[in-house]
Amino acid sequence: MGILRGKLLPPVLAILFSALLCGIALVVSGANPLQAFGVMFAQVGEGTTAVDIINSTGTYYIAALAVAIGFQMNLFNIGVEGQYRVAAVVAAVVGGSIALPPGIHALVIILTAAVAGALWAAIPAILKVTRGVNEVISTIMMNGLALGLAAYLIGADVFGELRGNNIRTPEIPESGWVPGIPFGSSGTVFGLVFLAALLGIGYWVMMNRTRFGFELRASGESSTAAAAGGVNAKKMVLIAMLLSGGIAGLVSMPEILGRDHTYNLNFPAGIGFSGIAIALLGRNHPGGIAFGALLWAFLDKSGLALDNVGVPREIVTIMQGAIVLSVVVAYEVVRRFELAAQQRQVGRQLGTVDAA
Amino acid sequence: MNPSEAPSTVPPPRKARRIPGWAVGALGVAGAVVLLSTTSYLTDVPQLTSTGTIQTAVRLALPILLAALGGLWAERAGVVNIGLEGMMIMGTWGAAWAGYQWGPWAALVAAAVFGALGGLLHAIATVTFGVNHIVSGVAINLLGAGLTKYLSTLIFFPLSNNPRESPAVPKFDTYSASGLSDWLGELEAQQRVGLSDVAGILRGLVTGVSPLTMLAILLVIGSYLVLWRTRFGLRLRSCGENPVAAESLGVNVYWYKYVAVIGSGALAGIGGAALVLNPGQPGYLEGQTNGRGFIGLAAMIFGNWRPGGLLGGAALFGYADGLQLRSGGKTFLALIYGAVLLLVVIVIWQLVRRRWFAAAFGILAAGLLYAVYYSVDEVPSELTTYAPHLVTLIVLAVASQRLRMPAADGVVYRRG
Repeated sequence: MGILRGKLLPPVLAILFSALLCGIALVVSGANPLQAFGVMFAQVGEGTTAVDIINSTGTYYIAALAVAIGFQMNLFNIGVEGQYRVAAVVAAVVGGSIALPPGIHALVIILTAAVAGALWAAIPAILKVTRGVNEVISTIMMNGLALGLAAYLIGADVFGELRGNNIRTPEIPESGWVPGIPFGSSGTVFGLVFLAALLGIGYWVMMNRTRFGFELRASGESSTAAAAGGVNAKKMVLIAMLLSGGIAGLVSMPEILGRDHTYNLNFPAGIGFSGIAIALLGRNHPGGIAFGALLWAFLDKSGLALDNVGVPREIVTIMQGAIVLSVVVAYEVVRRFELAAQQRQVGRQLGTVDAA
Repeated sequence: MNPSEAPSTVPPPRKARRIPGWAVGALGVAGAVVLLSTTSYLTDVPQLTSTGTIQTAVRLALPILLAALGGLWAERAGVVNIGLEGMMIMGTWGAAWAGYQWGPWAALVAAAVFGALGGLLHAIATVTFGVNHIVSGVAINLLGAGLTKYLSTLIFFPLSNNPRESPAVPKFDTYSASGLSDWLGELEAQQRVGLSDVAGILRGLVTGVSPLTMLAILLVIGSYLVLWRTRFGLRLRSCGENPVAAESLGVNVYWYKYVAVIGSGALAGIGGAALVLNPGQPGYLEGQTNGRGFIGLAAMIFGNWRPGGLLGGAALFGYADGLQLRSGGKTFLALIYGAVLLLVVIVIWQLVRRRWFAAAFGILAAGLLYAVYYSVDEVPSELTTYAPHLVTLIVLAVASQRLRMPAADGVVYRRG
């Protein structure tokens, strides 16, 4: 009961509340909310939507894992957004300019992305441990710089090439592609979605079965107790940030190696911020994050169908925002409620408070 | 932001300041003017101090300034406001919605109201429910972006046939000090060293002034007076420094935090209106804020959580932006030359004070920048856009020990 109430009730409440809120918004704007939600569920069976949801889930899952590593020790890596962008450009440029046997080529690209993401995250990490610069501010600034750097690197006179209206990096040769699982007309599941699953397992093992994971969680629970227990806070910040950045670097790999084979102007933005939301929704737990990523992907992809019934599909973005805000509020309310219940229980056991 | 990071020892009392704050500000302005006119003379780029550049800079600095001011109010009361960007976006929508129907003044009011709604949400989450400030801010940014996209599809699409754009919004009439402006214009045209630069800058400041600019300046002065010269302001700031002590003295901390954060949202919203009412823009445009809320936050940090400082930060960032927009990457390069000059002055100052390490570091940085200046023909526009981000990072890295944010900034406070 305790687990159910403490861990599952808040997200369920938050999702219901957000759905209700959006339902009201839809009614106010003159649409039928039941029809809108119905269309969204029906959309899953249409065309490539189901496969798109799975692919998108993988991407969101990696981003949320990257954020969650930092969150475990109260380190706010707002910079996933910039890290995955820089990593994508660097990996696409490197992948497009080298020739290696199949398999190894893809591996080199993936490693390049991870290293590039980690290096981009290293700057705020080093600033934090050496100069005491708050990581929230520095990573926000790094996000801006990442946008500029990416735009510069794909410029026609740097590494990019002009194709019609689009600027893109040279295409990665076929030896660097990662094959997917084709489902005929329903689309192709990216091969690297499995990388996301592997990362999730690795994350769980690291958090629950290794000394590093323990120290990470200890630093998050109480930094002073962890320091007293011999945990080097600076080292933890550095490693956590590098790991977070490295994983963030992998965010766009499923798409780039599975479908696009290049970095272009249509590169998706905002996945890093969605990752923050999903990590919060899933409470940094690999299972919870998976659920959150699936929910986000479902809202994103099924929301496209809303245009057919005359509802602006941006309503799902409102729903996503509402879910994040209400889930953190719900967790806090439940935490306070449990704390009060605990205190009452202790009071009853000590006999200082009359049994209610 | 992490309480454990706060220094545990009480710093020794500082020596009494010999120079008052306004004098430091005046010196800074004078120094900036001298630096710009010297750079303009040495690099032969008169656009650095031309009227047009300054006018554009003022227009672009306004949204940053207002967002920074919003950040100041919230953070002085101890609430970190990453949600400025979202509140600003809501402000742009509100401004466009009211603006195209009832004119620019209505746009300002609606923008303030919409921004304040975002602030209210942030206050409810962080103050009443004790949610982490960063988390709530990120959520508000998501929510603000989603809400405006939804509303603009719903309401602007039938009017403008474009879900990402509003109908054109009427702008403010601008005012010029005509006699003064003409005289300064003549002076500027003479191209005399120093004098013409000063004339150009002044002319840019007094020509085509929008009421919004005056309002923003009044808001900066007003914020200073309210926050530092009234009882209300002292109490508000005490909530950001030590809420427990404030509460023990009978200050209603929750109420002050609510007022501050809602006001912060309103200011950010007006910042959004400044974007919509910019004469160069037709009206609301999706993605119009383009991270300016974050730059506002950066300007506030640059200004060490002080109104005068954030005015300087906003001016610097707006100027860099305006220079790029007006005259491209070539003139921007002159700014790098100016930075080298500034570094040389700093190095000499550090040598006089016998701080060898800082001086050596300064020489290295100046050398690097000069190498960039020497080897590059033009700074790519993709990079100049993000100059504020880089400057902020450098300022944080170099001066983070000297910046002093409110002691309880970002700490969740619970009454009890």
